[in-house]
Amino acid sequence: MSRKKVSVWSDNRFWQRSAIWVTGFASLLLIWLTFDTMGQISMGNQKDIDNHITKRVPSATVINYEVEYNMNQNRGHEVPVIGGDDGKGNSLFKVKEKFFGRDDYTQKEANALLHLGKLASQAKNCMDCHTLLGNGAYYAPDLTKAWLDPAWGKNGPMQAMTGKNTKEEAMAEFLQHPGKYPTHARMMPNLGITPKEAIGLVAFLKHMSTIDTNGFPRGFGKIKEGVVYAKSK
Amino acid sequence: MQSQSNFKYESQKLGSWYFTVAMILFGAQLVLGLVAAIQFIYPSFLYDILDFSIARMIHINALVVWMLYAMIGSVYYLLPDETGIETVGIGIGKLLFWVLTLAVTVVILVFVFIQVGPATQATIWLITEGREYIEAPRWADIGIVVVVVGFLINTFLTAMKGRRTGIMTVILSDMIALAGLYLAGMYFTDNISMDQYWWWWVIHLWVEATWEVMVGALAAYALIKIVGAKREIVEMWLWIEVAMLFGSGILGLGHHYFWIGTPEYWWEIGALFSSLEPLPLIGMFIHVLYDWGKEKGIKEGSGEDTTSNNTPALIWLISNGFGNFLGAGVWGFFHTLPQVNIYTHGTQFTAAHGHLAFFGAYATILIAMFYMAVQGKYGIKKLRATFASKMAIFLISFGVLGMGVALTIAGYEQVLIARAQLGATWNAFFVAQNQMWMSQAMDWRLIMGIVTTVGFVYLVKDLLTISKNPENVN
Repeated sequence: MSRKKVSVWSDNRFWQRSAIWVTGFASLLLIWLTFDTMGQISMGNQKDIDNHITKRVPSATVINYEVEYNMNQNRGHEVPVIGGDDGKGNSLFKVKEKFFGRDDYTQKEANALLHLGKLASQAKNCMDCHTLLGNGAYYAPDLTKAWLDPAWGKNGPMQAMTGKNTKEEAMAEFLQHPGKYPTHARMMPNLGITPKEAIGLVAFLKHMSTIDTNGFPRGFGKIKEGVVYAKSK
Repeated sequence: MQSQSNFKYESQKLGSWYFTVAMILFGAQLVLGLVAAIQFIYPSFLYDILDFSIARMIHINALVVWMLYAMIGSVYYLLPDETGIETVGIGIGKLLFWVLTLAVTVVILVFVFIQVGPATQATIWLITEGREYIEAPRWADIGIVVVVVGFLINTFLTAMKGRRTGIMTVILSDMIALAGLYLAGMYFTDNISMDQYWWWWVIHLWVEATWEVMVGALAAYALIKIVGAKREIVEMWLWIEVAMLFGSGILGLGHHYFWIGTPEYWWEIGALFSSLEPLPLIGMFIHVLYDWGKEKGIKEGSGEDTTSNNTPALIWLISNGFGNFLGAGVWGFFHTLPQVNIYTHGTQFTAAHGHLAFFGAYATILIAMFYMAVQGKYGIKKLRATFASKMAIFLISFGVLGMGVALTIAGYEQVLIARAQLGATWNAFFVAQNQMWMSQAMDWRLIMGIVTTVGFVYLVKDLLTISKNPENVN
């Protein structure tokens, strides 16, 4: 080497190569993790439910089952529990629940409802007021576990407000005519949601509530004061 | 654009066209932001006419698009300086500018007047994709890709033909990644976890990786141009920044995968790498200050005039260094650990971070580029700050900082009451919204939004008139 000796720390080539190596390594690691995650978050099907396999994103047919959000003893946080709890926060996949009068939606029917609901959630820009899985805008409540909100349940004020007898009918009614049921001065706009789209949206919400979100939101619906209907402002 | 242009190259002129549209969209962003801020206080304002969802959607889309315009404009602007030659396909470049601008106009008009559609694929293709930040309908996505590919080919061929600098190498590879990532946001799935997984590839890998590298490259260019820093040193720093930004930012993506259905290991990955994300931002801040001080010292030592050749751009560049660190680094770090994020995720805390980060990291340096274009256009040797320049920087920075603080307080309140105390339900949300601390915060946010907008008016005035002010130009 006849060139003047320069410290490697002030050598552009060294840093350029470092940048390429670091970027390459980080990208490869991300791609590898992505493959793993894709496998873990692919949507399940009815066979998984029949075989009692808990999927992070379960089959659309979960709309046929009762859903809870309970503390899982192994994991130390709440998880969605489908079709009954074994006492430790694991799904039993047994207890059914009527959804718009039926609990025998086939895979195809359930998929179609979920598809319609997901499309509607985008076509109506839900995410620019609400958060879904915590992402979106902060003008209206988070919808991640909205299906499990006691306010929509049997003795819940939201169900009573719409005059309907079931959670799903109350939600569908509200979605079609939000202007008629103000729960706050900040009202949901009328988005022209059709009766069919409303059913799809409720299926989408019920399905979303069964996604394993690692315990988010913590303590959802568990605190009494949080569910008492306060028509304020 | 006026005719008395001193631009040596058509590419610089094209860059200034992009800057002009960027400023118009910046204005639109502020106006719609004010509408949304008013709706937080008076919810009946424009109800069922221009609902919050629409105002907010245009607010954030105008933001993303004006920044992309300003980045593309910056590349066209610095291309001849870096390569020493005119951009190869300048005619096509200009055509693509008009195509893109027409498409953006149509998209905005559809957003304003049609707003939402029925639950069909046609709505996704023609009206809105309904996915925060990238709501533009699919036809526009494809248009954007075509335009960006044209832009890439243009810059690539120019860089190959002309001089190859480190800055150009970084920009080119960065723009390819930036454009490629957009493809991840262009598909529909019924699985919302999958949907958000790929959606974050666009949003996060843009704003916390490729855009940040772009900022590093623009700052390097600006340091050479307005401070007179030595290229070798600036480019060495740039490579270090690239290594640190990509090294932390790419896997920092994990902090968006804590709660969307993705596995638990993202807790550790996201926490570790995103905690490192502020480090390059501290480095960049020190770098700007260090180079500025050093060059000033050298000039002082040799008895030269120590003032910068473009004071407004320099002030914006320094506020970029600080703002990037504060808004993206500090405010990001506040809520990046999963132990904190389980409560802060989806609250006004995120909005506080968003406002401070987009402003501090991107708006500042892009405004510095606008001032450099003004200097170039009128062939001004030394551009000094006018009263309007100072008012613009003071009011905009103060306004955004004020909004950030107000939203942070709102976020804390929401975290404690809606999340920790009441368990995140529908009612918990509104109990928190009704709290006095929330309404006060929202009042302050609006006031500070107005302050920002007044600052913007000064900025527009200054960019249009600074060249005509003989006291500030020589």
